Amino acid sequence: MGDVVLTNISKTYNDGKTVAVDDVSFSVNKGELFGLIGPDGAGKTSIFRILTTLLIPDGGTASVSGSDVVKDYKTIRRNIGYMPGKFSLYQDLTVEENLNFFATLFDTSIAANYDLVKEIYVQLEPFKKRRAAKLSGGMKQKLALCCALIHKPEVLFLDEPTTGVDAVSRKEFWEMLYRLKEQGITILVSTPYMDEATLCERIALIQGGKIMSIDTPDNIIGQYPKKMFAVRAEKMSTLLKELREYDPIESCFAFGEYHHVTFKAENGNNAEALNTYLNQKGYEQVHVKQTSATIEDCFIRQMNE
Amino acid sequence: MADIAISTNKLTKRFGDFVATNEITFDVQQGEIFGFLGANGAGKTTAMRMLCGLSVPSSGEATIAGYDIYKQTEEIKKHIGYMSQKFSLYEDLNVIENIRFFGGIYGLSGKEIKEKSNTLINQLGLQHEAKKLVGSLPLGWKQKLAFSVAILHEPKIVFLDEPTGGVDPVTRRQFWDLIYAAADRGITIFVTTHYMDEAEYCNRISMMVDGVIKALDTPRNLKKQFSAASMDEVFFELARGAQRKAD
Amino acid sequence: MKQFLIFVRKEFYHVFRDPKTLLMLFGMPVTLILLFGFALTNEIKNSKIAVCDYANDEATQRIVEKLRANNSFEIQEVLMSHLQIEEAFKRGKIKLAIVFPTDFNSDLQHVNEAQVQVIADASDPNTATTLTNYVRNIVMSYQNEITDGKTIPYQIKTETRMLYNPELKGATNFVPGVMALVLLLVCVLMTSVSIVREKETGTMEVLLVSPFNPFLVIISKAVPYFFLSLVNLTVILVLSVFLLDMPFNGNIFLLYGESSILIITALSLGLLISNSTQSQQAAMLISLLGMLFPTLMFTGFLFPLENMPLPLQVIANIVPSKWYYIIVKSIMIKGLGFSAIWKETLILVSMTVVLLFVSFKKFKIRLA
Repeated sequence: MGDVVLTNISKTYNDGKTVAVDDVSFSVNKGELFGLIGPDGAGKTSIFRILTTLLIPDGGTASVSGSDVVKDYKTIRRNIGYMPGKFSLYQDLTVEENLNFFATLFDTSIAANYDLVKEIYVQLEPFKKRRAAKLSGGMKQKLALCCALIHKPEVLFLDEPTTGVDAVSRKEFWEMLYRLKEQGITILVSTPYMDEATLCERIALIQGGKIMSIDTPDNIIGQYPKKMFAVRAEKMSTLLKELREYDPIESCFAFGEYHHVTFKAENGNNAEALNTYLNQKGYEQVHVKQTSATIEDCFIRQMNE
Repeated sequence: MADIAISTNKLTKRFGDFVATNEITFDVQQGEIFGFLGANGAGKTTAMRMLCGLSVPSSGEATIAGYDIYKQTEEIKKHIGYMSQKFSLYEDLNVIENIRFFGGIYGLSGKEIKEKSNTLINQLGLQHEAKKLVGSLPLGWKQKLAFSVAILHEPKIVFLDEPTGGVDPVTRRQFWDLIYAAADRGITIFVTTHYMDEAEYCNRISMMVDGVIKALDTPRNLKKQFSAASMDEVFFELARGAQRKAD
Repeated sequence: MKQFLIFVRKEFYHVFRDPKTLLMLFGMPVTLILLFGFALTNEIKNSKIAVCDYANDEATQRIVEKLRANNSFEIQEVLMSHLQIEEAFKRGKIKLAIVFPTDFNSDLQHVNEAQVQVIADASDPNTATTLTNYVRNIVMSYQNEITDGKTIPYQIKTETRMLYNPELKGATNFVPGVMALVLLLVCVLMTSVSIVREKETGTMEVLLVSPFNPFLVIISKAVPYFFLSLVNLTVILVLSVFLLDMPFNGNIFLLYGESSILIITALSLGLLISNSTQSQQAAMLISLLGMLFPTLMFTGFLFPLENMPLPLQVIANIVPSKWYYIIVKSIMIKGLGFSAIWKETLILVSMTVVLLFVSFKKFKIRLA
């Protein structure tokens, strides 16, 4: 039995004109680190708000730790931690005042759950007299996490905690999540960054209010139906156009320093043929190699299906 | 030197005791895609504001499209485009109205605006959405439209502040197709991003740490220099030592 | 309980750390009081007056001379009959008229007592009051001059008549009005804005998701503004009593009690507004327009309600400040006790209860 269970949840806005969540079902196991991966407007925030009892779904049922999100909202509110997408602490209060406020709100104190927040709190401590508005993006994120954790929640909901945060702070943030997971807290996290998907135990790829697939990142990558090739040459932007016009190629997308390419037919000599073709076209330093698909490849493929 | 779009020499901005950007010196070629990277609080925004003529430097020199950053800010504003993730277009105006408005701001004639909006709408495949309010378009479309509007007046340089944040992976790539097309037409692209794969799409990248430019080169050379497999690693290598985390 | 106190403390932090809020909170009442009071009771120079001297004797001539010498006055006309006075006022020529009866000096010499009548145009009540006071002072100074060294004091009685506005609705009248205005504006504005601000910044989401009772959120938001409003009230009272010479004849505790009722009315109105708005600007706009206009119009301190058409008089009845205004005037000026104002109090309390009920009913424990 899952710790967080959604069954056929749907939610619309503007009198049904805008469909935000479309018949979504999934469940998250106790102690799991589960990721909701999708771009802005995919419906991630609506799902989080339904689970945190802030919105009533139009259809379907959902429960958190066995409590129904509509009927037992009071029980749920006691047992969960929630970090909304927007930085939602008091900018005019200091780090310490924010923490104390949220601790008291949940009828606890910093001291009582110090173990849980210790690692994050020591990083914040030098700035405890500083107003939250004056913190950097990464520090704000840590403070918000600290505030969401202060009452030792059973389930933690983190809505896009790493959006707009630089790569180093993002990495640190994920390291903190791993340590929290070890304490047995169920964590639901959403992110628009596809590269963060592999950091979760299980993920749901979501787009346009619909779940495209749910599995472990490895399984999702493993299910990618085609062999993936990475292509590089001197002029990457013209190469991209050229590749799209090359008939045997099924799809071609820019991926960092390489272009990711799949072929319509899986022949053993696809790579060599492409290499020759590009050399004939006059490209220099052509490099074609087989590679493994990434979550982003999977997302793009499922989006286009 | 006609093909230098941006040139800075020891450009510095101080806020009281705090040195937000400390003597940054670099050149960007006309038509180049220049990635401006750095950790949160490294001073990117401050530097970008100075380059757009929105904030007066404390010391140092810079020319943008050949115009002096102190004396010719009005000229600079005529020759640059700007687009950020936060503010791009008026959500309560429709697509055509937005194009007309921004075209008008940059002094395009009615005829020019008409021609350009037609090409733009066809290019983006927005024929059916032309009369729709921008607020009702998906984020990815908004961002593509915002970029096209930012280069409507054929600026020499366009500044893009995290233009693809939160955009889906397909649209993100379409967005970069637009960037490439603009660069091919000779428009200089100055872009910040948190997506490290996008750093690879740039011709050259600068990495800011604690208000200084720690590294500046092509992605390939940077990876070689730091013997890293990806730009991610280069970024970590450089940003890990940052002191200015809380600011 | 501890949670509640922490919450209240947090609200105080917000108030004291935001210069704009502080300015609004304490700048507004001071400005309004000074604006309505001080600016209007400026020193008066060269006001045109008329003298109707039936006696025309030594004493009256001396007093008229003194008036002429004072640069507050300029004697415009010397009238032969008091019947001309009304006409002079109507022509708008004079602000004040002084009438000496025929036997002024002989009365003074023989019975040691005489009378002088001062008639003022009270359509501008502040000027009227000031001018009559000046006249009284001049008459008094003459009285002291002639009394000097005598065993039996002379007494000149000044009889004042206010034309056009006999109740002299002036300083004493606008202070209760300003009190109502400030309490309503500050409370409605501050509560609605502070609640909507939490919606805007997203902190409301976190608060709602916490086990803290949502209604306590509202109450703890109201508490600081309740106390700050009482402070505000005190500032207004001190200013008006010591700076504007406003009388205070009634029971101060009764006044604070009645004011508390109005404050609670205002707080629940603010809550109601915050429920239906999503941005601070909208909340501010609705609070200002929704409060300022009816309070100015229908309280009765700027425009007398008696002179309004019947439909407007009916509308005025649903404006809380109207009742509060009556209450405050009764307490401060007339010095009446609770027995005289229980009806108005009952109406105010009923309004508060209804508003509180509606706003609590409409408060959302989830997002829209």
